[in-house]
Amino acid sequence: MSEKLKKRFGNLIYHIFVAFFAFLMVYPVLWMIFGSFKTSTQILNESHRLFPTELNWDNYIKGWKGFGGITFATFFKNSVFVTVIATLGVTISSAMVAYGFSRIRFRGRGIAFACMMATLMLPGQILLIPQYILFQKLQWINTYKPLIVPSFFGSAFFIFMIMQFIQGLPKELDEAAIIDGCTRYSIFTRVVLPLIGPAIVTTVIINFYWKWDDFMGPLLYLSRPQKYTVSIAIKAFADATASTDYGAMFAMSTLSLLPVFTIFLFFNRYLIEGVSTTGLKG
Amino acid sequence: MKKAPKAKTAVKSLKSGRWTQIVNNDNIAGYFFILPWLIGFLSFTILPIFASLFLSFTSYNLTSSPKWVGIENYVRMFTDDPLFFKSIKVTLYYVIFAVPLKVGFALLVAFLLHRRSRAANFYRSVFYLPSLIGGSVAVALIWKDIFSINGPINSLLKIFGLKGVQWLGDPRFAIWTLIAMTVWQFGSSMIIFAAGLKQIPETYYEAAKIDGASRFHSFIYITLPSLSPVIFFNLVMQMINAFMTFTQAFLITLGGPLDSTLFYALYLYRRAFAYFDMGYASAMAWILLIIIAAVTALVFKSSQYWVYYESKEK
Repeated sequence: MSEKLKKRFGNLIYHIFVAFFAFLMVYPVLWMIFGSFKTSTQILNESHRLFPTELNWDNYIKGWKGFGGITFATFFKNSVFVTVIATLGVTISSAMVAYGFSRIRFRGRGIAFACMMATLMLPGQILLIPQYILFQKLQWINTYKPLIVPSFFGSAFFIFMIMQFIQGLPKELDEAAIIDGCTRYSIFTRVVLPLIGPAIVTTVIINFYWKWDDFMGPLLYLSRPQKYTVSIAIKAFADATASTDYGAMFAMSTLSLLPVFTIFLFFNRYLIEGVSTTGLKG
Repeated sequence: MKKAPKAKTAVKSLKSGRWTQIVNNDNIAGYFFILPWLIGFLSFTILPIFASLFLSFTSYNLTSSPKWVGIENYVRMFTDDPLFFKSIKVTLYYVIFAVPLKVGFALLVAFLLHRRSRAANFYRSVFYLPSLIGGSVAVALIWKDIFSINGPINSLLKIFGLKGVQWLGDPRFAIWTLIAMTVWQFGSSMIIFAAGLKQIPETYYEAAKIDGASRFHSFIYITLPSLSPVIFFNLVMQMINAFMTFTQAFLITLGGPLDSTLFYALYLYRRAFAYFDMGYASAMAWILLIIIAAVTALVFKSSQYWVYYESKEK
């Protein structure tokens, strides 16, 4: 009896400890969300208080107006455009390449695969400057092309992840399909593609939130505010107004994270799956 | 009369037969499928790599054409640029503290949550959230406010009767706000550890328990060695990422105060896109590659002393 009690008590301590730690972890996020309903003076002078005294949507109305006559509607539209097209491109191309690498034995496969894995380790800084010069020469600066076009050539991360998944499918499926008269091409569209749904979903959501959060790309390639995506617009908005209007900045920050929160709520399982199979950075 | 068209179709079918044979050849099919990657690799990776190497030996400001200067950029870096050394020092300091703390935290929490229950799943999701949103501009801006003079951290200190600290204005503390932010995002490493923990057979622990081992001893003698390949993997990945940290420093401290958070990547960015010193910045990128390769090689070398692979023992 007392043994049972002791175990229960230990359990209680454990849960209190972990729950408190979890609360501490999400505190900054909660502070931001609740802060978006406070007035700027409340945020500044009563920063120890977490909950707002009332639900005040003024910050959202004020923040949505944006800056320089451009509202956040434009920035969200831009972000959605870039994110959706780039995600579409990276998913289709990565699935194709992953199938090629994992199911077809062709000459030069080993070297090509090693090259791809090597690019995973390559610091982005090496490519930063020459890519910028390349895109400048192509007159792509101030367009969305530098943010979108490279996606259509696959991403080593996702190719590797989808490959892991394809290698889990039995080879006999391919062999049976060949006997039934399938070619390498129709095996991809009719056998492999329908079976790698979970890997595709993982690719879509991880790339979606990477692209949505991307800051470096828009910072380098978009200079006209009309073209800004949400991430860089928030930075510009904060520079322009934060010293005077904390509330509006909090409100727009919260809105900018809404798509990521949504993904987290509904697709958490896929994210965790993706991270644990490939060790992708989060 | 009837024979001729027959022969024609025979030729045709032979032709199309050869065509399908070519198309269905594994070499052709293989290259068809990897073609997107191959084109991207050649144009967005290989070409830029050689361009970068070439530019690192030139003086180039985007407007006039590159001028060959030999190894002058590299010489200037090591003899005449105190900020270069400062940025290396700052980055190493950051890597040395942030990476082990982050990986350690991830391991500890993964171990604490290693039990089969709904609550543990829920906690794992909560701990994962910061690493999911941590790279965003919004969170960086919020982090700045959390450590501002009137922010929650200082308010908390006030409650305990302590004096607030100018976290972002003091060269001693500014980098620690960035280290804290990195450690805060331990979630994705934790998930990898959680997956690794599941692989350790329960029987190991049971046997240890029978032998009278405490939980602590089980952790030291079973969990750590079994997980060492995963620890190694996490360390390497996090280290490479840490060397390239840019966004947080750019948004939160802008390298200041007194260049105390001038990360290497930030200084490189400034050289390239504020001073348009493209040749010099390219040379810096190659030095970064060499530093990362050297440190990674060092970690790899050390791994034979502390990483255990099960297959080796068999």
